Amino acid sequence: MSDHVVPIRVYLVIFSSLMVLTLLTVWAAFLDLPGSYNTILALSIAILKATLVILYFMHVRYSSRLTWVYAGAGFFWLVILLAFLMSDYLSRDWQRLPQGW
Amino acid sequence: MNSTAVAPNQQSWGGPDESRENYLNVAYGIKSWLLTKDHKRIALLYLISITLFFFLGGAFAVLIRLELLTPQGDLMQSDTYNKVFTMHGVIMIFFFLIPSIPAVLGNFLVPMMIGARDLALPRINLLSWYIYTVGGLFTLFAVAYGGVDTGWTFYTPYSSVYSNSNVAVTAVGIFITGFSSILTGLNFVVTIHKMRAPGLTWFKLPLFIWAQYATSIIMLLGTPVVAITILLVALERLFNFGIFDPSRGGDPVLFQHLFWFYSHPAVYIMILPAMGVISELVTAFSRKRVFGYDFIAFSSIGIAVLGFLVWGHHMFVSGQSIYAGMVFSLLTFLVAIPSAIKVFNWTATLYRGSISYETPMLYAFGFIGLFTIGGLTGLFLGTLGLDVHVHDTYFVVAHFHYIMVGGAIMGYLGGMHFWWPKMTGRMYSEGWGKFGALVIFIGFNLTFLPQFVVGYLGMPRRYHVYPEEFQVLNVMSTAGASILGVGYLIPMIYFIWSLRKGAKAADNPWEARGLEWLTPSPPPTENFDVTPIVVDEAYDYSPREAEVV
Amino acid sequence: MSDHSHSVVAHQFDDMPQQKETTTLAMWAFLLTEVMFFGGLFGAYTMLRNRFPEAFAVASNSLDLTLGAVNTAVLIGSSLTMALAVHAAQTNKRRQIILFLVLTIALGGVFLGIKAVEYNHKFHEHHVPGAGFHFEEVPDWVDVSRLNYDLEKATETFFSLYFAMTGLHALHMVVGVGIMLVMIWMAYRNRFSEHYYGPVEISGLYWHFVDIVWIFLFPLLYLLGRHFLLEGGH
Repeated sequence: MSDHVVPIRVYLVIFSSLMVLTLLTVWAAFLDLPGSYNTILALSIAILKATLVILYFMHVRYSSRLTWVYAGAGFFWLVILLAFLMSDYLSRDWQRLPQGW
Repeated sequence: MNSTAVAPNQQSWGGPDESRENYLNVAYGIKSWLLTKDHKRIALLYLISITLFFFLGGAFAVLIRLELLTPQGDLMQSDTYNKVFTMHGVIMIFFFLIPSIPAVLGNFLVPMMIGARDLALPRINLLSWYIYTVGGLFTLFAVAYGGVDTGWTFYTPYSSVYSNSNVAVTAVGIFITGFSSILTGLNFVVTIHKMRAPGLTWFKLPLFIWAQYATSIIMLLGTPVVAITILLVALERLFNFGIFDPSRGGDPVLFQHLFWFYSHPAVYIMILPAMGVISELVTAFSRKRVFGYDFIAFSSIGIAVLGFLVWGHHMFVSGQSIYAGMVFSLLTFLVAIPSAIKVFNWTATLYRGSISYETPMLYAFGFIGLFTIGGLTGLFLGTLGLDVHVHDTYFVVAHFHYIMVGGAIMGYLGGMHFWWPKMTGRMYSEGWGKFGALVIFIGFNLTFLPQFVVGYLGMPRRYHVYPEEFQVLNVMSTAGASILGVGYLIPMIYFIWSLRKGAKAADNPWEARGLEWLTPSPPPTENFDVTPIVVDEAYDYSPREAEVV
Repeated sequence: MSDHSHSVVAHQFDDMPQQKETTTLAMWAFLLTEVMFFGGLFGAYTMLRNRFPEAFAVASNSLDLTLGAVNTAVLIGSSLTMALAVHAAQTNKRRQIILFLVLTIALGGVFLGIKAVEYNHKFHEHHVPGAGFHFEEVPDWVDVSRLNYDLEKATETFFSLYFAMTGLHALHMVVGVGIMLVMIWMAYRNRFSEHYYGPVEISGLYWHFVDIVWIFLFPLLYLLGRHFLLEGGH
């Protein structure tokens, strides 16, 4: 949405970072981490990559606040879906009712 | 408020009324309608489509009520009855209620109310209507070839594995129509952000616009989830994917979560626009500034956001975790608050207003009373313990019909009556208008009030066979339905009659505030000769007008 | 030489900046709906993986990691060429616009080609859900007797999600390629300039979004079980 022309150098830096992060996530997949840390690490790297694409390739860094709101709203609503969905399944074990439910 | 006077033109068109160019007579021929980019013509295209679907859905309702006259299943087989109530629900929700106010009144009025020449994306608007029509044709095809019997809720694994009816075709039809809704919402959001007239800040907007904006947010963020869900059901049927089928490791409750994530906010898609209409009607017919403008505006957004957080209240007895149930129940109580705020503010607007009882206002009164009943009974349903007793009974059916019919449809009809002069340049017969509203109100209550009782007494929904002791209440309900059916025909008839024989309408027959009333009736294609510059607040009725004479 | 056709402001807009801002915002709104569209699938994935972690890990390991990683790199590369295409449009370099759009399509084509190869593998291994489904490679590190579910059935669930998610993604890529072809045609007809490059930028937004979806699909589908492959994996 910006009329700001992003220098090509910036694109190349972001591209390189994305490639490095891809290699990193593949490498990290083979690390034997406790619990769900593998997943958390993989998702964190993915979120970082997505953020770089959004901010620089999609120009959000140089865009109006309204664009930021739109970009943020989508992510936020997805989190609502996932969080409330999983809140059901993850809390089912908390019950100590004799016959379930 | 002389409704037959022709007000002096505020735009410099000149010439007598008949020769004045407006959006209806600017071009003739089927191509000029089917290829139009004018938001007003597209609104009328939608009007015709949704009215056809309304009567089709109504026909299925007639069959339901006929069957329920007797406790035995004598009119039709169980399978057939399943198909009848499914088609009634699918058609009324997806092809009538969800588009109704946004696609007809919203399309017509949003650009005009903000002083724009058209929506931001006119061709997308037309595409939206075509998509709706294609989706509708898929569903009509499914009806013609034997219908669907899963209930409009398509619960798995019945819908995805075991049903022998036309699930996939209907699913595709709904999937396609969902995009119509998405594109309409997209268009409205972008238009309202970017195309307001100079001086028209957010807090000077008519509350109808706030309501459309909130509705559009829901359309954008919710519809895609039901789209992918219904697509997955179709995939499961056609390609044996195993996401919802428990015999293959899938989870039916997962379907319910994904389905209701949209379908609960969907009910706010159906009611918020109607609330927007009521805000316009209450101010115009009490000639008074709305009480608590900010509260009503924010409550619309509040309903849209909170409405996404309550879907689990449809699943209290599904095996959902009791803790999740408690959270959903609490949030359900919270979402009632903004709705209540609106009702309080409308009431306060009426206080010391100069109230007149034209047909639109009768519908507004009907809405306020009936929506309140429907909303309060929603709280009953949102209470965990009570829901165990009334879930899947006629109590639920009565609740949502009070909101959808007593609320949304009354709002729609009120809006149609209010803006009919603007849209068509004609006045309908006020006497018949009042009569029709009365018949509808009586018919509606006679149909659905008994259903609260019979539901509480234990009659399940979706059953066509029921215990003898419920027959009296069912007969009352069917009697009411026949009155209601006649009631809906009455406006159909006098509206069509008014197109030829109705008195010519003034630019502002109600002397209401709002940019749309500054244009001729019917308006020219470009809406405004010159883009208006807005200085006044919304509902800028002078205090004098509100004094009771 | 450089003959730019007039960039006409559509009648509903007052001026070009309003048109550009509005249409860009419209594409963002559309991408929001796409987030929720894929979001439903991510929701299903989250829930089912939580229920069948071992089955998902086992099934994931049967995917070709090299092809998946290469595809990730290819798609990121195509995002770069797309960004460069937009840059070229902003700086009025007609030849470069076409060059970078062609490269974007080419890389997209490589992605789809590799996907086709992968799907073919899955078909031959009988990993496509349905009547012919059969999953035999149950590795040592899984103690099937300790599970409270049928491992093979649960792997079929994984593959249902795999095909639904990557299939939907691939469909979006095909649409994206179509959009790029239209952009190439418009660039060829000299429609773009530093005053009018909105369509290219908007197409770029769409393309980057499709890239972002894959950025999440790759770890969630290909990487979740790899750490079990080490000796003594827990």
